[in-house]
Order: sequence, then C-alpha cells, then structure tokens
Amino acid sequence: MMPSKSKYRAAHWAAAAFLAAFSGLAQALEWNLQPPATPIAADVHGLHDYVMILVIVIFVGVFSVMFWSVYAHRKSKGHQAAQFHENTMVEMLWTVIPLVILIFIAWPATKTVIAQKDTSNADITVKATGMQWKWGYDYVKGEGEGIHFVSELSTPNEQIEGRATKDAHYLLEVDHPLVVPVGKKVRILTTAVDVVHSWWVPAFAVKQDAIPGFIRDTWFKATETGTFRGQCAELCGKNHGFMPIVVKVVPQQEYTAWVEQQKKRQASAGAALQTAEANTSQ
Amino acid sequence: MSAVIDSHGHAHGHAGHHGPYSGIMRWITTTNHKDIGTMYLWFSFTMFLVGGGMAEVIRAELFKPGLQIVDPDFFNQLTTMHGLIMVFGAIMPAFVGFANWLIPMQIGAPDMAFARLNNWSFWLLPFAGSLLIISFFVPGGAPGVGWTMYAPLTVQMGMGMDLTIFAVHLLGMSSIMGSINIVTTILNMRAPGMTLMRMPLFCWTWLITGYLLIAAMPVLAGAVTMTLTDRHFGTTFFNAAGGGDPVLYQHIFWFFGHPEVYIIALPAFGVISQVIPAFSRKPLFGYASMVYATSAIAILSFMVWAHHMYTVGMPVTAQLFFMYATTLIAVPTGVKVFNWVATMWKGSLSFETPMLFAIGFLFLFTMGGFSGLVLSLAPVDIQLQDTYYVVAHFHYVMVAGALFSAFAGIYFWLPKWTGRMYNETLGKWHFWLSMIFFNMIFFVQHFLGLAGMPRRVPDYPLMFETWNKISSIGAFGFGLTQLLFLYIVVKCITSGEKAPQKPWDGADSLEWTHLPTPAPYHSFETPPVIK
Repeated sequence: MMPSKSKYRAAHWAAAAFLAAFSGLAQALEWNLQPPATPIAADVHGLHDYVMILVIVIFVGVFSVMFWSVYAHRKSKGHQAAQFHENTMVEMLWTVIPLVILIFIAWPATKTVIAQKDTSNADITVKATGMQWKWGYDYVKGEGEGIHFVSELSTPNEQIEGRATKDAHYLLEVDHPLVVPVGKKVRILTTAVDVVHSWWVPAFAVKQDAIPGFIRDTWFKATETGTFRGQCAELCGKNHGFMPIVVKVVPQQEYTAWVEQQKKRQASAGAALQTAEANTSQ
Repeated sequence: MSAVIDSHGHAHGHAGHHGPYSGIMRWITTTNHKDIGTMYLWFSFTMFLVGGGMAEVIRAELFKPGLQIVDPDFFNQLTTMHGLIMVFGAIMPAFVGFANWLIPMQIGAPDMAFARLNNWSFWLLPFAGSLLIISFFVPGGAPGVGWTMYAPLTVQMGMGMDLTIFAVHLLGMSSIMGSINIVTTILNMRAPGMTLMRMPLFCWTWLITGYLLIAAMPVLAGAVTMTLTDRHFGTTFFNAAGGGDPVLYQHIFWFFGHPEVYIIALPAFGVISQVIPAFSRKPLFGYASMVYATSAIAILSFMVWAHHMYTVGMPVTAQLFFMYATTLIAVPTGVKVFNWVATMWKGSLSFETPMLFAIGFLFLFTMGGFSGLVLSLAPVDIQLQDTYYVVAHFHYVMVAGALFSAFAGIYFWLPKWTGRMYNETLGKWHFWLSMIFFNMIFFVQHFLGLAGMPRRVPDYPLMFETWNKISSIGAFGFGLTQLLFLYIVVKCITSGEKAPQKPWDGADSLEWTHLPTPAPYHSFETPPVIK
C-alpha cells in the first residue's frame, strides 16, 4: 500500500509544482487582454470572459461526445455500427438552442456597441493624424485647445538593429506622448494624410482607423493615471511596426500645468518663427 | 509523376479509345478530368511549398525582437505574397483538383462538361503563379500591402502591384471557368437515378461553391481593376481628393472576401462529410440538413462582409446589423459540426490517416469557429482587429480547416487515384506531427493577439518574445513535416502496395462501388444504374 500512496503524493506535489510554475508563467507571459483602464475596456473584458465561458461549456459538451465515441465506439473493440440517421427533434434542438445562446451573447454586446459609438459631450477633443510613420496631435476643443505636436518613435535604431540592449518599452516609446487628464471624456478624431492607419490603445479598447480625406471619431475616459501604450493597427507601409501611440493620463492639476507649458513653448516657437520670417523677408 | 502516367496509360490503353499523347504534350493538350485534376493538385502542392517557404522566413524574422533577417519592406512583401499564394495558389486549386477527379466519378459521368475549358482553366494558373513570383524581381519588388491590398497603400507600390493585379485577374478567370464547368457538370451529367438529393455531399458543397465563385470573383476583379486605374489612368475611386473613398475599396474587397472564406471552407466540409461516414461505417447523420446548412452558410456569407471593417467607423446601426448577421452563421456551422459528431456516435470507428485528419479537422475547425464567435462581437473585435488573434483565427479555419481536410481527402482517395496504398505508419506520423506543430504555431498566437501584438509587423515589443519563439519553432517543425507528406505521396505512387477496388469498407460512393482501382482513364463510358 505504502509505495502507491507515496507515489500518489508525489503526483500531487508534481501537479502542485506544475500549477505553481504555470501560474508564474502566466504572469510572466502575456496571455490575456491588457488590464482595462476605461469603462468600455472593462465592458470588453467582461464580454470576452463571458463568451469564453460559454465557449468552454460548448467545447466540453461537443467534444466529450466526440471523444466518447472515439473511445467507446471503436471497430477494434468490436463495436457494431448503428445505422440510424436523421432525427427531426434532435436537429430542431441543435438549431434552436444555439440561436437562443446567440441572443444571450448579442444583448450585452449591443449595449457596448451603442456606448462605444456615443462620442457626444466630450470634455476634450483631439485630432490624431496618421502619417507615414508618425502621429500628429491637434487639441481642437476643450482645455489645451490650440496645442499641436508630432509624436514619433523614440527607440534608437541601434536597439532595433541589435547593436544595443533593448530597453523595457522597446518600440512602445515616443518623443512626445499624448497627454490627457484622468476622468475626462476625451474624443479622438482620426484622419490621415497618406494611407490608412489605425489609432489603437489596447488598455482603452479603442481602435479607430485613420482614413485619408475623412474624419472618424472615437472616445475614452481613463479611470486611472499612468502611461498607456499601443501601436498602429493598419498596415501602412514599410515602418508600420514603428509608429506607436503613447498616452499619458495625468491628474487634472498636472494636466493644467502641462497645457501652460505647451502654450508657452508654442508661443516662443511661434515668436521665433515670426522673427525668422521677418529676417528672411528683409 | 511518371508512375501516375503509367498506371493510367496501362489500365486504359485499350483499343477503341483515343488515348492520350505521350510525354509533355499529354499534359499540355489533355482534356481529361483526371489528368487536369492531377495537375491542379501538383500545382497546388508546389505553391503550398513556395508560400510555406515565405511563412518560414516570416517566422524566422519574428523568432526574436529586433530586425535580423529581412528589412521591413521585404517583410511586408512576404506577408502579402504568402497570403495571396496560399489562398489563390494553394488552397483553391487543391479543391478544384479534387472536384476534377471526383465529381465525374461520383455522379456517374464520363468526364467534365467542358473538357477544353477545363484545360484552359488549369493552364492559366502556372502563368498567374509565375507573375506573382516574378513581382519579387521587378523594380520596387512585390507589393507590400497585405493580401487584402487596401487602397490607397496600393497606389504607392511599384510595378509589382500591376503584376499582382494581372495575376489576380488570371486566377479569377480560371476560378470562374472552373466553377461554370463544375456547376454544368453536376446539373447536366448525373447518371439516371442520381437525383440531386442522392449526390455525395462533396458534389453538393462544390455545386454551392461554384455559385459562390461565379458571384464573388467578378467583384474582386472589379476591386483590383479600380486599383489599377487609380494607379495609372487618373481615376480617383479610392482617393478622397477626387471624390472617392478608401473605405469603398474595403467594402468591395470584403464583399468578395467573406464569401471567399466559404469558397475555401465548403469543399473542405464536403471532403469531411465523405470521410467521417466511411470510417464510422455509418451513414451521414442529417444529409438533408447538411445540404440546407451549406446553402444557408452560402447565403449568409454575402451579408456579413463588413464584420471585417468594424474599426473603419461605421454608423451604429450598420455595426449592429453586421454583428447580428455574423453571429447567425454560428447556427448552420453548428449544425454541421453536430451532424459530424452524431455520425461518429455509435458508429464502428477506425482511425486510418484520412479519419485522423478528419477528426483533427473537426476539432481544430471548431476551435476556429469559437474564436470566430468571439470575433463576431463588434466591441471585442474592435480590440482584436488586426492583431495576432485574427491571424490565429483564420489559420485555424484555413490550415486546420481547409488544409487538414485536403490531407484527409488525399489519403482517402490516393488508392483510387494511383492504384496503390500509402504507408499507414508514415501517414499517422504526418498527422500527429502536423497536429502538434500546428497548435504550437497558432494556439499561442491567440495570446499574442489578446495581449496586443499587431499583425503584419516585422518587429515587436519585448513582452511578446516567448510566444513568438514557440510559434516560430512550431512553424519550422510544421514545414519539415510537410516534406514527409511529399515523401509519402511519392513513395505511394512509385512503390506502394497494390490497392483493392474498395480499400475502405465503409466507403459507399460510386467511385468505390462501381469503378476498378486505379480508376479508368474515362470514368463511366455508359452511365451506371443507380437504384
């Protein structure tokens, strides 16, 4: 008895170690949606979890039937084939039940779609312009109106070409991040000057194509401060993989201070430009 | 190859027939459905290796972060050509090859309806394939726009884009002629007593696919022609500055593109619907509902195209309409899966290689269906659009769906085609290695997509490294495994054991019950009697 018991215990420990290792792995490896930072992202997260539960239940149901057949109804075990086929009742059921499940999935999804599309009453409106291969930001309405700058990848080429060690935010860092206040509804207008790009921040569950010659919109309201990173999500040519989007969500006071600083910077830059123009025209 | 020629020639060189030419002229001038089917299949396998080679370079570049092997521009060319070659060069011709070989045999006809058209349909393909490959060597290289060829990026490309557009036209002509041939053959050349509702399901799925192709391919031709005129003749279909709209291209492309998914999937369903009953030794459960489900999928496939475009910013009503229509596809698809499982239930199962691939198909295709259900929800799709989640999803449908089904079909009919058996042990190795490596490549890509890795990028942030490594190792293994397949097929043709007329005791369609092995050069000189 003893050996089998100790064997059992060993198996137990092995399983525990495996689980611990796996949970450690699961933390180290990204394998789910990024933690949500907006109500919409939380909805999307919830929707995904909900559908995954349904999917797993259906998966277990369908494949336990299939694998039971594979296990039990084998010719090698001498199982004789039944010759039944077609059963109206069964066929009705497996048409109607999925239909009902779909309604249960579609209902919460519909609510989120409608919420995603509601870009009204924004506190701040920013236009994001996709260009090969960087983003331009213009604050067009709300606090900070008039600020504009261009945001480019700041990862040095040496890192990309493997001549220097890659830092933590490799390919996800820019020279001038988009800065917005926490808890405010920010409407993003997207457009492009050359080809289609797509403005995407996974933690906000916001992805909106930027289409040359047209303006589309989306919105987010970040519920926490922090730096959130995303990438262009529509193939836009050679450096498509190298035009990230970085959004810094800051407390209101910090935002106000940033706006002041930007205004000063732009004013002095504007003055300098005017002097330069005056000089050249003379 | 030569053994195929010999087995046909010997079995059917008897007097009274107009025999085939010998040598290369036989293949150039042939109007025989079996010869043409063979050429389709070899062409498809060649393209599969070419497109697969490109995938290996892509995965090698993505093995670790940073740029190592190719520059970003060439990387985009590879993703574009990998997609186009696999979809139009490998998968579609493979199933047209099956159709050529099997439809006349399964409905009791001597050959296809339009024999010369059939020859032309095939012979357009090598030229189209060559154009795609030549585009790599012209100034500017192949287009780096993705297989979807979205405007206005296409306008920035070099002459490789024009070669690709012309190749797509040729491929489209070939497909349309092939489908006209298949539809006509099925509707007009069935043996007396072979009513539509008695046809093997493979014929049914191809009948419906034929209509899908005839309806969808001209739409693609329109889209690429507009691209061509925007590039060279001053039109502005997709340019806002001239009153056009880049999104118009996406609507037109996906109006073709979504039916295209089912053009690939339906014949695969047909093959599986032949294989599973044969190795379950039990009739297909719900034959009629399979036919109705296939038709329902075909009709719905024309009403869901914009679910590929949730992120372009459609009105809320459009977003909801396409979401509901898309989820509806789960119903007929579910009916199919349930029917296959019910066919296996209480059967007398055996697990030769075709059945292994069929079960592998069923398992993995259903997983692709599940990720499809996740993607059908517009809010979740917006998060996952253009990420590796989508890449994983459509490879579960295309590779585990179409390719595994094609393997199942090849192992199933190889004895009938060549008169020889393949090596069962090696076949099983091929299956298990394919199954393991396939999941290694693509299962982890779901995680990459969820965590936020965009597709079509040559380089990625550090947090995605581990899954990419696993995926790349899987890809190298999967590629090598397919060379084993080539070896198995060549060995079967050259030195396989002689196959009996009906090596699978559960198979019941005409090619097994009424024709000797290998199948005669002309299938049915006189129509068989079907009771």
